[in-house]
Amino acid sequence: MHCTSKEEDEIYTPVPYNLEIPALFASKLIAPVLPLNNPLTEEGVALGKKLFFDKRLSGNNTQSCASCHNPRNSFAENQSFSEGIDGRFGNRNAMPLFNLAWNFEERFAWDGKELSLERQALEPVKNPIEMHSDWKRVAEKLTASPEYPDMFKQAFGSSKIDSILITKAIAQFERTLISGNSKFDRFLRNETSLSPQEQNGFDLFMNEAKGDCFHCHGSNQNPLWTDNKFHNNGLDATPTDLGLGAVTGDPNDNGKFRSPSLRNLIFTAPYMHDGRFTTLDQVINHYSEGLQQSATIDPLMKTVAQGGVQLSPQEKMDLKAFLLSLSDTEFINNPAFKQ
Amino acid sequence: MKRILFLGTTLLLLCSCTSSKKDLGTNVSVHFSHYWDSIPVSPTDFNSLKFTTKNGEILSIENLRYLVSNLVLTDVNNKNYELSKYQLINLGENQLTIPAVEVPLGTYTLSFVFGFSETQNTDGSYPDLNSVSFNIPNMLGGGYHYMQFDGKYIGENLAPAPFNYHAIRAVNKENPNAIAFQDTSFKVDLGVLVLTNATEIEIQMNIAEWFKNPYTWDLNELNTVLMPNFEAQLLMSQNGKSVFSRGELSQ
Repeated sequence: MHCTSKEEDEIYTPVPYNLEIPALFASKLIAPVLPLNNPLTEEGVALGKKLFFDKRLSGNNTQSCASCHNPRNSFAENQSFSEGIDGRFGNRNAMPLFNLAWNFEERFAWDGKELSLERQALEPVKNPIEMHSDWKRVAEKLTASPEYPDMFKQAFGSSKIDSILITKAIAQFERTLISGNSKFDRFLRNETSLSPQEQNGFDLFMNEAKGDCFHCHGSNQNPLWTDNKFHNNGLDATPTDLGLGAVTGDPNDNGKFRSPSLRNLIFTAPYMHDGRFTTLDQVINHYSEGLQQSATIDPLMKTVAQGGVQLSPQEKMDLKAFLLSLSDTEFINNPAFKQ
Repeated sequence: MKRILFLGTTLLLLCSCTSSKKDLGTNVSVHFSHYWDSIPVSPTDFNSLKFTTKNGEILSIENLRYLVSNLVLTDVNNKNYELSKYQLINLGENQLTIPAVEVPLGTYTLSFVFGFSETQNTDGSYPDLNSVSFNIPNMLGGGYHYMQFDGKYIGENLAPAPFNYHAIRAVNKENPNAIAFQDTSFKVDLGVLVLTNATEIEIQMNIAEWFKNPYTWDLNELNTVLMPNFEAQLLMSQNGKSVFSRGELSQ
């Protein structure tokens, strides 16, 4: 008689997940990055969503990923630094999470140190100032739960839970976080019109002689509203946070941080890698009068000698109006992205 | 008799295979290399104020990427073999090579267009170029940059200052009611070459030429906000015509 284990008999094939790519993204951009070794499935995404909101990933079961990456804030943090489970604070503002599959070079975090979403998800769990756990302990907790073993089995064909499968599932969920229905998107689809202020603000944004924001932050032809590259944007004369420079070891990269997307700014304050600006007005003032010269300042900060692009009060209001038109309330209210 | 038929058939097959193989041609790839006059330039040379222009400014390179299009080999019968419809060359990211294309052996002239010609320069049409933010604003006619070349220079005030040498289709906005465009892309002819085997063609950019020939470029005068500067775009186009040359032919 040939005996087989129960597990071998029950082969479950996960259902491919149909990623809903916005029409503008499909027509204007190359395909999103979907790793072959972690294809999106219904089961993987559902599992990843459950894990994203699960406080058992932290050492004392009080914090989940969502604690610092709050869906209401476009998956960002609404204070400069996040507080970990032990009451300690980090030194970087938790970045918003959306359109991550279109970060083509897959360098994540402000300093680009995380090379893929799967790798990024490994870090906060074991970081002592964040979730302060260890992956072995997390795996044990999930294995002991009544629901997770079957969910892992269905998603990955194995109920043996480990950090690899946990982070794969979380990455799958994160790749589904797509934001592409702001007022400006609807304008580009000819579904609405811009106010004169928003239009004037857009013109300032795209004018090399005025704001010249487009060289780093995209345009109507690049709906990501970021180049996902690293720039020193004149925040400090002597950067104390080296940013990319601390990752590469190259002093020419000191003070360089990844251009964030300008989508959803109404939800993602405070701004910059250290959350130093609590309002958009402060951000605009920085680029208008507050640029600081340093050795590695980006050549695109062309007006640094004058302190910045010198916008008038009306121009600042118009630019802000345009930037706010990039915010997508549908994204933050999407039940598929909430617990 | 059967043996003769068999041998004859075999011979025929061998001959046809040989001629088919010859007709299939050979692989041709293209590699762009960069120099400052005779000194090779690579990403390791970036961010260092060490290149001196004809006008005497010392500059650094922090970003250099440019578009080449219609890279073709034209045979003696004026038939074109396209090596690349378009390619973004990015020195800083070592994106310098155009993949191999199969071309029949023979004698050709090599040419390409720097930038996009007017008919190709359609706004938003190229997802790969949109994805790397190579677009031109609608207020300047849309379409794509020909080149983004950014860095710093030591000018008259002896402090490093930024430059953004961005080449685009020239826009004349003197009359806001009648904006005029001038196609400042240009064809680069790189002469005759003979393909006898698999070949890598080297095309060289002499970066220094952007600043000297025929117009001696003064970075103190022309440094940033050059995209809407009609005259500057014409000068870039003129200077660009002596920038490229053919290097090694590796067969």
